[in-house]
Amino acid sequence: MNLWLLVGLTCLGCYLLKLAGYLLPERLLEHGPIRRFVELVPVALLAALVVVEAVANGRHWDFDGPRLAGFAVGAVAVWRRAPFLVVVLAAALTAALLRLA
Amino acid sequence: MVRRPGLATIHTHGRGDSPNTTSVTDAPAERASTIRNSLGVGLAVGVYGFAFGAASVASGLSVLQTSLLSLLAFTGGTQFAVVAVVAGGGTMAAALGSGLLLGSRNTLYAMRMAPLLQVRGVRRLGAALGTIDESTAMAVSQPTDDLGRTAFWWTFASVWVFWNAATLLGAAGANALGDPARYGLDAAVPAAFLALLAPRLRSGMVERRVAIAGAVIAFLLIPVTPPGVPVLAASAALVLATRVPPPRRAS
Repeated sequence: MNLWLLVGLTCLGCYLLKLAGYLLPERLLEHGPIRRFVELVPVALLAALVVVEAVANGRHWDFDGPRLAGFAVGAVAVWRRAPFLVVVLAAALTAALLRLA
Repeated sequence: MVRRPGLATIHTHGRGDSPNTTSVTDAPAERASTIRNSLGVGLAVGVYGFAFGAASVASGLSVLQTSLLSLLAFTGGTQFAVVAVVAGGGTMAAALGSGLLLGSRNTLYAMRMAPLLQVRGVRRLGAALGTIDESTAMAVSQPTDDLGRTAFWWTFASVWVFWNAATLLGAAGANALGDPARYGLDAAVPAAFLALLAPRLRSGMVERRVAIAGAVIAFLLIPVTPPGVPVLAASAALVLATRVPPPRRAS
C-alpha cells in the first residue's frame, strides 16, 4: 500500500467531509434517514474496531491473555466513567505488567 | 470541572429545542469559565494523541505521515481506524473506507455549526478543520450563542494544539522505545475505542443494538476476510439493527 497516498487521501477526504457540512443546505439535516445513518455509522464502526483490536491478529482470531486482560481493565474503567487517559493507561499498564511477569 | 461531553449532549441540544439564544449580557466571568472548560477538554483529549502517535508509527507510518494526519485530517476516530487497518495489513480501500465513513459524522456536526458560527471565506475554511466531536459538543452545550461560538473556537484551538503536540511526542517516542506491545499499547487501543463508543452506547437502545450487531459481524469476519473489511462490513449493522423504527423522535 502507498502510505503517502493513503495519508493524502485521508487528510483531503476528512477535510472535505467537514467543509461539506458548511456548504450543504441546512434542511438536509431534517431528512431523517440521512441523519440516522450519520449518527449510527460511528457506533457500528467503533464497536467493530473494539472487537478487531481486541481479538484479531491479521486474519486470525488471537486471544492473547495480557491483551485481553488489559482491555478488560480498560473496559471497567470506561464503565466507571474514568477519564480517557486513565482508561488508556490502565489497559496499557495491565498488559505490560502481565508480560513482565 | 467539565466532564468530557459525548454525542448524547449534541442529540439533546438540537437547534430546535436548544436553550441557545443571542444574549448581549454575557458576563466576563461566564466567558472565562467557558474558555477554561474548553482548555480542559483540549488538554484531556489532546493527551490521548500520545496513543495515536505511538500506534501510528507502530503500524508503519513515518513520524511525518503521522503528524500530517493529526494536523490536517484532525479527527481522532478516523485516524485510529486508518492506522489500525494499516497495522493489520489491510488494503487502501479498506483503510480509506472505514476512515471516511467514521469521518462522515463531522459533516453532520458542520451542518449543526453553520448557523451558529455564520462564517464565510477563510474563517469558514478554518471552522471546517475544527469541526469535531469535542468542539461541537462544547458549542451546543453553552447557554447562549455567543458562549457557543467562544466554546467552539477555544475547544478547537486547544484540542488542535494539544493533540498535535502529543501526536508528535508519541510518534517520536515510539520510534525510540521499540515494540509497542511491551508497553501494552495493543490493549490500550481497543480500550480507547471503547471509551469513544461509550457515550453513544449510553444514549439509546438503537445505538446498543447497532453496536452489538457491528461487533458480531466484525468478529465473524475476522478469519474470513482481509484486514479492514470486518470493520467496514460492520456498517451493515445499521441495516440489521434499524429495521424496527427507532423509538426516539428523529429531531
